[in-house]
Amino acid sequence: MLEKTVAELSKALRSQEVSSVELTQAYLEKIAAVNERLNTYITTCDELALKQASKADQLIADGNQNPLLGIPIAHKDIFCTKNIKTTCGSKMLENFVSPYDATIVSKLNKAGAVTLGKTNMDEFAMGSSNETSYFGSVKNPWDTSKVPGGSSGGSAAAVAADLCAIATGTDTGGSIRQPASFCGVTGLKPSYGRVSRWGMIAFASSLDQAGPISKSAEDAAILMNVIAGPDNLDSTSSRTPVVDYTLNLNDSLYGLKIGVPKQHFTEGLSADVEESIRLSLKEFEKLGASITQVDLPNNHLSVPAYYVVAPAEASANLSRYDGVRYGFRCDNPIDLEDMYMRTRSEGFGSEVKRRIMIGTYALSAGYYDAYYQKAQKIRRLIKNDFDAAFETVDVIVGPTSPHTAFSLGATTDPVKMYLEDIYTIAVNLAGLPGISIPTGFGGNLPIGMQIIGKEFAEAKLLNVAHQYQQVTEWHKSKPSENFGE
Amino acid sequence: MAFDKSEVSKVAQLARIKITSDEIEEVESRITEILHLIDQMQSVDTDSIEPMSHPFGGTQILRSDTITEENNRDELQKIAPKVENGLFLVPKVIE
Amino acid sequence: MVWESVIGLEVHVSLSTASKLFSGTASNFGADPNTQANVFDLAMPGTLPVLNEEALKMAVKFGLAIGAQIGKHSVFDRKNYFYPDLPKGYQVTQLDFPTVGKGSISITLEDGSEKVIGITRAHIEENAGKSLHDEFSNESGIDLNRAGEPLLEIVSEPEITSAKEAVAYLKKLHSIVRYLDISDAIMAQGSMRCDVNVSIRKQGENKLGTRTEIKNINSFRFVEKAINSETERQQEIIEDGGSITQETRRYDSTKDITTSMRSKEIANDYRYFPEPDLLPVKIDESYIKSIEQELPELPDIKKDRFMTEYQLSTYDSGVLTSSLEIADYYEIVVKHCQDSKLAANWVTGNLLAMLNQLELDLASSPVRAEDLGCLISRIKDKTISGKIAKTVFDTLINSNLSVDEVIEQKGLKQVTDTAAIEELVMQVIDENPDQVIQLREGKEQVLGYLVGQAMKLSQGKANPSQVSQLLKLKIQ
Repeated sequence: MLEKTVAELSKALRSQEVSSVELTQAYLEKIAAVNERLNTYITTCDELALKQASKADQLIADGNQNPLLGIPIAHKDIFCTKNIKTTCGSKMLENFVSPYDATIVSKLNKAGAVTLGKTNMDEFAMGSSNETSYFGSVKNPWDTSKVPGGSSGGSAAAVAADLCAIATGTDTGGSIRQPASFCGVTGLKPSYGRVSRWGMIAFASSLDQAGPISKSAEDAAILMNVIAGPDNLDSTSSRTPVVDYTLNLNDSLYGLKIGVPKQHFTEGLSADVEESIRLSLKEFEKLGASITQVDLPNNHLSVPAYYVVAPAEASANLSRYDGVRYGFRCDNPIDLEDMYMRTRSEGFGSEVKRRIMIGTYALSAGYYDAYYQKAQKIRRLIKNDFDAAFETVDVIVGPTSPHTAFSLGATTDPVKMYLEDIYTIAVNLAGLPGISIPTGFGGNLPIGMQIIGKEFAEAKLLNVAHQYQQVTEWHKSKPSENFGE
Repeated sequence: MAFDKSEVSKVAQLARIKITSDEIEEVESRITEILHLIDQMQSVDTDSIEPMSHPFGGTQILRSDTITEENNRDELQKIAPKVENGLFLVPKVIE
Repeated sequence: MVWESVIGLEVHVSLSTASKLFSGTASNFGADPNTQANVFDLAMPGTLPVLNEEALKMAVKFGLAIGAQIGKHSVFDRKNYFYPDLPKGYQVTQLDFPTVGKGSISITLEDGSEKVIGITRAHIEENAGKSLHDEFSNESGIDLNRAGEPLLEIVSEPEITSAKEAVAYLKKLHSIVRYLDISDAIMAQGSMRCDVNVSIRKQGENKLGTRTEIKNINSFRFVEKAINSETERQQEIIEDGGSITQETRRYDSTKDITTSMRSKEIANDYRYFPEPDLLPVKIDESYIKSIEQELPELPDIKKDRFMTEYQLSTYDSGVLTSSLEIADYYEIVVKHCQDSKLAANWVTGNLLAMLNQLELDLASSPVRAEDLGCLISRIKDKTISGKIAKTVFDTLINSNLSVDEVIEQKGLKQVTDTAAIEELVMQVIDENPDQVIQLREGKEQVLGYLVGQAMKLSQGKANPSQVSQLLKLKIQ
């Protein structure tokens, strides 16, 4: 039962095949049994979950039709949750209990979803392997010697290991898509502003976006129907009207124009990933789509520009962690300056500190034009590349990551780690939606394909992904019971 | 652009991050490598390009001037490191 | 050597919105510490700003009032620095694209001439909280009630050349924001604050000298004294062959000196960049037009109107329009007495003197405008004399009675009854035989004395011209 999709579970709940309490109990038991090995959850909230589940059961009995009602869900620990710890993977917020709920959390609560707990993540979402978490790395359920990807590694691993039905994640440079790819699940990064950022702890404000990590494109659509939409608490949330994301899932792909960027098939790409993506493109052709090559000439500048914009915004966003009003404060500060310095040095991990310093440097007097402003200009060039490509194609398809999940502890060089996100980062800079879906395996490790859409074309991405999942079984593959050990 | 130890100290001070003398070497070399990656940007001419701060051109929404919040001090200060008489306490601020 | 001061002012006024600039928390003065600080004001993780429409409107109003270009596309920026009363570690302000661009105001100098002072810009920003240092021995207490309150920072061109001009400029700004009803602008409460940039140069030179900035001065009087003290200090240094250090200074009012605030000098690098949590604010022509239509009559226009409509002098019009409260008060008085000049005399004279003496503002004046108007009417309809009117006015200060009740109860009504006056006149003639003879001999100036005696007998209630006429009639 735990391996079922939200769509399937929803039916099972309604037909009284299973109750939400039973389902919740089963997930909690499985988490208790395997979390020590996978380290996917930082916090579980058993009592609250069972309470929500029993309420959901009543509502189901009353005939409430909400498809998420009674569905056990996990939240990335970046979303503020009232009464449940929100750590953001950091010592800085180790004991932080938010006094309010993030908009996405309150929307899902209202829809009747059952919160199982909060998933592990790279500290302040800064990482591509989950190894920067203060609470230790998450292990990839396909092979516990491998990373799950990051920063939403806990959510992706939890979905893959059936430790929840569906999960929330956030994506600033690939943090939903890349772990989805590494863990063999579906992960959608919506267009910038499609989902409210209120209550989502900021990393880089102009890039951050929340989205679903799920077992199918259909499930992602079901979740999007709840979380998408404007929010008066978030000035940057889009006023563009939302659609019913489940409505067009079954549209035919006949006549769909797929663009394949040559920049996504360059030397860094491993052979098994390339092979898998090429085969997937053939599937699309069988479904009636046509494939053409598109050019994203400035793609190679996306990582450099990102590592200015994101750290710059982060350097300011993380200034609030000063030990004054909440969160960690160092012991016995001798004076104010000492309190600031030690609180922030002891409370943040090394990757976070590194990025704060890069951002501070890029904004400092004398460097603003050469770094920050230059990066903002490159950002426009990257956006222009996509705009031009989308004049001739409907979606852009390529690999999500250059290779499958790498070994824990293997990548210690930050620059090498940053280049992991070479295919995903440009999408954030341009604010576009992107989805990663499983398309095969390299050895025993999943491979992910990224589908990029025009702004606010989430429904199209979900349609394309769903159609692919109607003719393939990759998304149904499950890691072994012993997680490859 | 060169990034040396004095820059490390200056930036660390601005960011209020303590870098010990043991760490400074590594911090310097790591950041230098990252700046090397970043400097690839300098190869493109962007003189005529408008900087982009937000993905989509939008307009700021406005909030009506109404009070929607109630005093919730006790609850909010429960999670504060140090509080007395409703004030957040910090080591003495010297002006 | 003749020195000239070059002064530029940065004035912060708190905008009198009900809620804060970016959150729905109340923004009142004097609440218990941290009772007006919600999750956003405390910079809790995940919180975001949304702009208060009223704050924007108030800034645009101000811009229109000073004839400024309104920024059709204004952008908020983050100004980064660490301070315990700055919860986010950055202040949201406007750097390159402020809501209000170049404008100007005119001030009246001591000799009565007008001078135009340029305003470089006015931008919207958020206030910081307050650090309290005295309550604890080794610690400071942080109160964030004020954090996030909307401010308008008004930056002048360096076109002010004396302390007196600076004060005139400040008073004019004060009057404009009060007319617009966008700020209480109470310096003592910090809702109007002023940083002064001062430099000196030899008269006739074009190049600006090195300037110092005096921070956070909290009264008009101290602004004047601080500028004078700082210019003297700079002169002494230069005349002794020294040079001025560009720095931030503080005015110590007890010693009447400025002192260096070295702690503020630690290499501040504010790392401004566009605030990514807010989008550009776009303002269109129709919005500006609609606000323009809501603008009240402003001090300069009101002053001109008072001069023509009420036939007042430039000086009186200036005093009467210096604040909206005085102007409104005056106009109510005029409405009730229909004598603009007498009303002007009473308001600029007795009324303001009384308020000054009692240290009261107009809003708490014990004499209401309607009463003063009525009082003047009673002079005009000869119920009382001007002199008695002063007595009535003084009585009104300490009583709840109406003008007519005071006149009635104290029996101050002017005596116009001919029989009664004749009785008085006869008594005066009887009691002053010598003066009567002198008058008969043609010594006209004695008449005044005799009228005075009659007035005294009547306790001021007799109509003096009637007394005079009757005296002449009886004696000749």
